[in-house]
Amino acid sequence: MKRTMTVKNLCEKLNLTVLTKGDTEKEITGCYSGDLLSWVMSRAREGDAWLTVMGNVNAVAVAVLSDCACIILTENAPLDDAAREKALQQGVTFLSSDRNAYELSVEISKLI
Amino acid sequence: MEESIKLHYIVPGDDFTRAGAASGDVKRTLKELGVSPSVIRNVSIAMYEGEINMVIHANGGEIDVEITEEEIIMALKDEGPGIENVELAMKEGYSTAPDNIRTLGFGAGMGLPNIKKYTDEFSIDTKVGVGTTLNLKVKIQ
Repeated sequence: MKRTMTVKNLCEKLNLTVLTKGDTEKEITGCYSGDLLSWVMSRAREGDAWLTVMGNVNAVAVAVLSDCACIILTENAPLDDAAREKALQQGVTFLSSDRNAYELSVEISKLI
Repeated sequence: MEESIKLHYIVPGDDFTRAGAASGDVKRTLKELGVSPSVIRNVSIAMYEGEINMVIHANGGEIDVEITEEEIIMALKDEGPGIENVELAMKEGYSTAPDNIRTLGFGAGMGLPNIKKYTDEFSIDTKVGVGTTLNLKVKIQ
């Protein structure tokens, strides 16, 4: 049986950098990749790891509204200061990786 | 709950850092009331899209929310430019958002279609040069 894949476990497994720390004990139950916020908001599911290049305040709002487990900024996409501050206020975990969305999705699918 | 809960929000224009404050607050309130997650999701998406539309297109606006035992009623009012062609604006993929908005991840042409999709009742009252009002209802199952 696979052990529960929490945000913290995923960070360790995929060597992700923690940019803002929210609740890292949240379980990751799925994965969603996309940059168009309206699209993500209506399709991402609770517990998803959301892969995107959008490191702005609106991404924080979308993560909160969709209850996704964490945001992973792919290919070292930048997180702006306003987003960092808002993520910390709202308890949203931003992670970062140098890998692209495809590579990360493949790895995540093996782990959950 | 015996009486309805009424909430009022002012959405500032051109301030993306504040967009989502109203929908986030309503989401928290509905959670505290024990409303089902799917209803909360529908209300949150509809309201956030409405807030973003106000910020992008209308220099802000006001939102009134009423929560009763049966439904959540939302009125989103702005005094923006109004919508010239509602039929086009309701079409997925159609957007008049400028390029700088698109680089923020908006302007997918999904705003109004998403609002309609996630509400049980949707009406739009708009006049060019005067403003736009959306009246929305989400039923609590």
